[in-house]
Amino acid sequence: MSRVEFMQGNTACAEGALAAGCRFFGGYPITPSTEIAEHMARALPKRGGVFISMEDELGSIAAVIGAAWTGVRAMTATSGPGFSLMMENIGFAVMTETPCVIVNIQRGGPSTGQPTRAAQGDMLQCRFGSHGDYSTIALSPASVQEMFDLTVKAFNLADRYRVPAFVMADEIVGHMRERVTIPDAVEIVPRRKLEPGQLPFDGGEDGIPGFAQFGSGYAVHVTGLTHDERGYPDTMDAEAHDRLVRRLIGKIESARFDIADYEVENPDAETVFVTYGPPSRTVLQLLHDMPDEGIGHLRLRVVWPFPEFALSVFANAKVFLMPELNMGQMAREVQRHVDQPVIPIPKLGGDLHTPAELKQALEAYR
Amino acid sequence: MRREVRLSGFGGQGIILSAVILGRAAALYDDKYAVQTQVYGPEARGGASMGQVIIDDQPILYPEVTDPDIYVIMSQQGFEKYGVRAREDAIMLIDSGLVHSRPRCRYCDIPATEEAKSVLGREIVANIVMIGALVATTGVVSRTAIEKAVLDSVPKGTEELNAKALQRGFDLGKRACNL
Repeated sequence: MSRVEFMQGNTACAEGALAAGCRFFGGYPITPSTEIAEHMARALPKRGGVFISMEDELGSIAAVIGAAWTGVRAMTATSGPGFSLMMENIGFAVMTETPCVIVNIQRGGPSTGQPTRAAQGDMLQCRFGSHGDYSTIALSPASVQEMFDLTVKAFNLADRYRVPAFVMADEIVGHMRERVTIPDAVEIVPRRKLEPGQLPFDGGEDGIPGFAQFGSGYAVHVTGLTHDERGYPDTMDAEAHDRLVRRLIGKIESARFDIADYEVENPDAETVFVTYGPPSRTVLQLLHDMPDEGIGHLRLRVVWPFPEFALSVFANAKVFLMPELNMGQMAREVQRHVDQPVIPIPKLGGDLHTPAELKQALEAYR
Repeated sequence: MRREVRLSGFGGQGIILSAVILGRAAALYDDKYAVQTQVYGPEARGGASMGQVIIDDQPILYPEVTDPDIYVIMSQQGFEKYGVRAREDAIMLIDSGLVHSRPRCRYCDIPATEEAKSVLGREIVANIVMIGALVATTGVVSRTAIEKAVLDSVPKGTEELNAKALQRGFDLGKRACNL
């Protein structure tokens, strides 16, 4: 028996984490993400899990990485300023191939900006914010149900690909309440274990090494330095560095067809909206209100790795319109992949685009 | 049919909780769809508070309230900030002891705070009185649904008081409003 609740997005995110088996939360409260930490603080001890209120966000992500190596599913939740503070150790998680989930309830930036208002201003930061070359996975929920579903999915993707996975939500979807169905059990994709005879950082065929969990009998060196397949630092060998970085990127990018999660409407359309997160819902409203206009819509639930193949579904597209709660961050990515013009429709300040605003944009650019 | 409800008052009256209870009634007990949002800012207790609910038979796509057709106003500041621009065919329930302005749209005076204080002995349940009046006058959710939603949203030990408050609201709504 699944249960049905009327619940806030942030609570649904925490419930998703618990359902996925998350048993460690290390965090530092920050508006508008705090309800996630609050819910986990109440729920984890009852389930034998651990909640630590850390001294800051540098410590939060460090604790999450440490916990993940003991074998548990671990997460943190934050918002803009805290997310910026996590950047260095996010790179450490990438380099050490530590599965973990980082939730960002995005608010208006730069800096402390608008603590209580929504934005999608960190969509490139979650992909490029730490130094060096790498790839990550990022999901973008548009409803309270998706706050639950995509948090579960983030844990599975993090474990499957041994990478930090980001739930890139925002204040709108974090604080709205809707009906949510919480199933008794969710699908769990476990980490692949290291088998005897394998090296702990040998990616094998798909680039994903088996996991040498702490306490499971392996003596493993885990380092942010460039390392060889044994995990030993090997910082002067150009070939070793090239091999490692290409594998870290390749294991994600070569799997982007499997990771992709998106919806297509009206693939024959000439005018196509591309959305992720709450602006999707304005476009869905527009399509509902103007059913005969043949407007196309690509709605992304997975934003990174970017599924560029989904754009080519729209064979007749003449223009792509991108309403985002930022100045056009993902529009830059879309433009890399298509010859047609990509028009950003930025909205700043915290409110969602209204259907009337998008109708206006449609009339101006189609 | 999509209906948009806006509730406003001052922080501490339970405005947001009222919005949550209304959304809960619709989404869990009336088999409808509901989205509940609120103004979320740095206001402290006593400042203007506002919560909104969209209720529809169909899935709700655009999740924000654009032009409410139902208002519940429980403070003068709330009226000035969130009620004064109500469209003419909207319906507004006003806590008549706390709000001295009246809107251009149809409205209905409900002395909820006065009733809660003098008849029920607890000012804190004024919001539940208002919800009762709202349901009696607009039928935006069913009576059974709102009863269940109130009971599973209030603190243990206060069920009887809140059920009474809701009943008083129904009575006041039926008596005071001829909308």
